[in-house]
Amino acid sequence: MMRAQSIFTILKNKYISTGLIIVLVFVFMAILADIISLYSPVDPAGPPLQPPSRDYFMGTDNLGRDVFSRIVYGSRIMLMIVAIAVAMSGAIGTMLGLISGYLGGLLDRVLSFIMDSIYAFPSLILAISLSVALGASPINAAIAIAVVYVPTYFRMVRGQVLSIKNETYIEMAKALGLPSIRIVLKHILPHVTRTLMVVFSMNSADAILTEAALSFMGLTVQPPTPDWGFDLYKGRGFILLGYWWIMLFPGLSIPLLAVGFALISEGVSTLITARKR
Amino acid sequence: MEVLTVNDLWVKYYTISGIVSAVSGVSFKLRKSEMLAIVGESGSGKSTLGLALLNMVPKPGRIERGEVILDGVNILKSSPREIMKIRGSRISMVFQDPFTTLDPLRKIVDQFEEFLIEHGVDKTRARSIIKEYLEAVGLPERVMYSYPHQLSGGQKQRVSIAMAIALNPQVVVADEPTTALDVIVQKQIMDLVDSIKEKYKSSIVLITHDLALALERADTVMVMYGGNIMEYAGKTELYGNMKHPYTRGLFEALPRILQKTLPKSLPGNPPDLRYPPPGCVFHPRCEFAMEKCKSEKPPLIEVSKDHIVACHLYG
Amino acid sequence: MGLLRYTAIRALMIIPTVLILYTLVFIVLRVLPGNPVLAALGTKNIPEEQLQALMRELGLDKPLYVQYFDYLVNFIKGDMGKSMIIRGRPIASDIVDKLPATLELSIWSIIFSLIIGVGLGYLGARARSDRVKAIIRLTGSIVFVIFIPALGLSLQLLFSKYLGLLPTGGRLSTTGYFKPITGIYTLDALLRLDIPVFIDALKHIVLPALTLGLVISGPYMRLTLNNMEEIMESKMIEAYRARGVRDSKILRHAFRHVLVPVTTYTGLQFSLLMGGAVLTETTFNWPGIGTYLVDKVMYRDYTAIQAVIIIFAIIVGLTSLIVDILYALIDPRVRY
Ligand SMILES: Nc1ncnc2c1ncn2[C@@H]1O[C@H](COP(=O)(O)OP(=O)(O)OP(=O)(O)O)[C@@H](O)[C@H]1O
Ligand code: SF4
Ligand SMILES: [Mg+2]
Repeated sequence: MMRAQSIFTILKNKYISTGLIIVLVFVFMAILADIISLYSPVDPAGPPLQPPSRDYFMGTDNLGRDVFSRIVYGSRIMLMIVAIAVAMSGAIGTMLGLISGYLGGLLDRVLSFIMDSIYAFPSLILAISLSVALGASPINAAIAIAVVYVPTYFRMVRGQVLSIKNETYIEMAKALGLPSIRIVLKHILPHVTRTLMVVFSMNSADAILTEAALSFMGLTVQPPTPDWGFDLYKGRGFILLGYWWIMLFPGLSIPLLAVGFALISEGVSTLITARKR
Repeated sequence: MEVLTVNDLWVKYYTISGIVSAVSGVSFKLRKSEMLAIVGESGSGKSTLGLALLNMVPKPGRIERGEVILDGVNILKSSPREIMKIRGSRISMVFQDPFTTLDPLRKIVDQFEEFLIEHGVDKTRARSIIKEYLEAVGLPERVMYSYPHQLSGGQKQRVSIAMAIALNPQVVVADEPTTALDVIVQKQIMDLVDSIKEKYKSSIVLITHDLALALERADTVMVMYGGNIMEYAGKTELYGNMKHPYTRGLFEALPRILQKTLPKSLPGNPPDLRYPPPGCVFHPRCEFAMEKCKSEKPPLIEVSKDHIVACHLYG
Repeated sequence: MGLLRYTAIRALMIIPTVLILYTLVFIVLRVLPGNPVLAALGTKNIPEEQLQALMRELGLDKPLYVQYFDYLVNFIKGDMGKSMIIRGRPIASDIVDKLPATLELSIWSIIFSLIIGVGLGYLGARARSDRVKAIIRLTGSIVFVIFIPALGLSLQLLFSKYLGLLPTGGRLSTTGYFKPITGIYTLDALLRLDIPVFIDALKHIVLPALTLGLVISGPYMRLTLNNMEEIMESKMIEAYRARGVRDSKILRHAFRHVLVPVTTYTGLQFSLLMGGAVLTETTFNWPGIGTYLVDKVMYRDYTAIQAVIIIFAIIVGLTSLIVDILYALIDPRVRY
């Protein structure tokens, strides 16, 4: 009944709408890459190291490839890896958090300790080691990122489960003999979803930066596949020679997309605190 | 001789959801070593009035009008510098919750000393004042070197009282000084407040929602409702000759030891001060309310000497 | 006395955390399929005999559980194993070489991030306009998602290439005549009272530390702003005012209360800082443990990677210990 209205209030939030626009632009870019890009992202489109011009409006790189086309196609790899990673860690972390928090006992303590240890460890460094162990490929990078962020969801969901478990109505549901799985899903999930929204978008921003970092170290794609982080790494040497455009555009795309998600997260959390008041 | 005179004081809070008329046209006089109790339900504007006496109504509040004359000076007109000097030395305040008013990160002696030094006391003198006043409120000297969390609630409140009286101010405003404490400690703290009044001849403004406490301890009682004075009288006069329907309602709501029946609780809720009721602010809850009460604000009437009532029943 | 016991207990608690990470890394690097030696050599075309000899040399022929405990025992003795790539090079000495550079970078980054983050947060809390507050809060979120290499390279472009003010990489312009003590050059230069070297070291650290410091200053902005606002509205501050204490002093006391969450956060933040350090070091050719790790990653030098991870785990553990002690010193309510 209040759906339409609440979607309106959500979109009216300036943070959320700005963030959504940014993210959607990149998503469309990824989907429509074949139509938008003017050149092939992997073959030379013209002379190397051309500054931005009407023909190549983000210039060309040292191999004469069109930077704009590489940005457009690069969004595909980025969004794909991040989507897979966040979906995996979200699903696994939420599930483990639900189980651990609900069952409690030894299992809960062991799991929590492991998760806390991973959580405390520098996530980027862990992701790097995992990617190395698994071998450099987009899907392995996604797995590595997913593993690193499982504790984020686990801790959040488990905390919520514990606090809700202590509230009496769960006890009441238990007394009535409802099966435990149903109690969990029916009572706990709705509470968790709201916080999950904030964590989800914040986590996407983090995952983008981690993906970019892995790419920067050559741990995701093999050349000549277009990829923002890797292109940035390769453009690194050229910047001090004055060919700033090779680096500038991937260098801007990464934080811009991350900011998009961060804005959504910021907006959702202000909405939640506003509702609590 | 009056040490404090309040004339036609108005305070409003400019909140996002509306303008709250927290204090509306309050006037009274406080004599030397008199204890005035300000009584009323929650939200009647007692604390706001108390803060206004130190000219420190917090944002988004504003003192709209009126005078607070301390020792012949209207402190609402004092410069920020002057008012800082006055606060704590000539008029001081004891707050309700001793658990949150002392700085948990600093030793008592540091907080106390800082306050004295701010008021121009030199360091050696400060030490002796601290010792003297901690003793006066019944605390051992070693409390000086404690952190607030190492003290009980009662001890913390004693520390606050010691600071409030250390510079011998003319007026001490005590805003529900015992509400956060347990019953036995409450009595001890009130005894302490009484003894201070006797010993240092300070005037005390005791803010409380407890009419029984006011009748037991104060010299004069002022009953407030919805930011307005309802009744004002000396303790014995009020006890023997209670006039205002609201005061009587509060009185009947008191639990009594010798009474078999349950106390009658006052029906209804205090008004939303963003939209104070027209006429007498109490009329929506008053069992004697007349047509006139809904439109015409009752003036303050002196029914007998020093006994003032704001009610059309006595007009 | 109490603090000492507390410290000891907290220090012991680092051990299980490090063990868990070691186990995790061990599982990932050793138990997962694939022969590490082959991966490290990057080829399958080596005679079986030679491979076996190599495996034996590195202790990889033993059963996994023996490898697991052998490595642990050796590690405790200070032997972190030998590089798989540069045959016979002890990893421990590499790490001793590189660690100070990373520490120096971390320390300066924290200093910068505190100045920027706490400073702006404080100004935001003092600002009258809600707009300024909102802008600072937003800046706090946005700064946090800057991609370090992008920011680092832009700063290099500006300060090194166009303005020519600062060097683009490394730790000192001229090496050789300067003998380090701790390996933290800015500190060593001060200890030796060598001002030119100090300035030179400072010029080298400014850009990397500013890059990393700026990125991690975001949370400090929000933390400081929100806490400062909350405290300024507290009863405690009202009581200070009622006692006639000057505003400048009240602000100082309020600020002390902000330091409590800021300290706690610094502990939580440290793992982020370490991750950021890896990227910063790569961007600026800073010869720390981060570039070392990336280097070893490129060559799949598993023993070295394993050692570096354990070292990072220990650093993170130690930092949280230090933060807890600091916290206990700032806040007398903390029981130990
Ligand atoms: N800081 C503030 N901002 C906005 N409104 C306020 C503020 N402080 C008090 N008010 C409003 O002013 C009115 C009077 O409040 P005040 O605290 O003075 O009452 P009180 O009699 O002390 O109540 P209590 O017994 O609960 O302490 C109330 O309606 C309250 O909501
Ligand atoms: S003025 Fe009227 S409404 Fe107000 S107290 Fe008197 S009788 Fe009641
Ligand atoms: Mg009050």
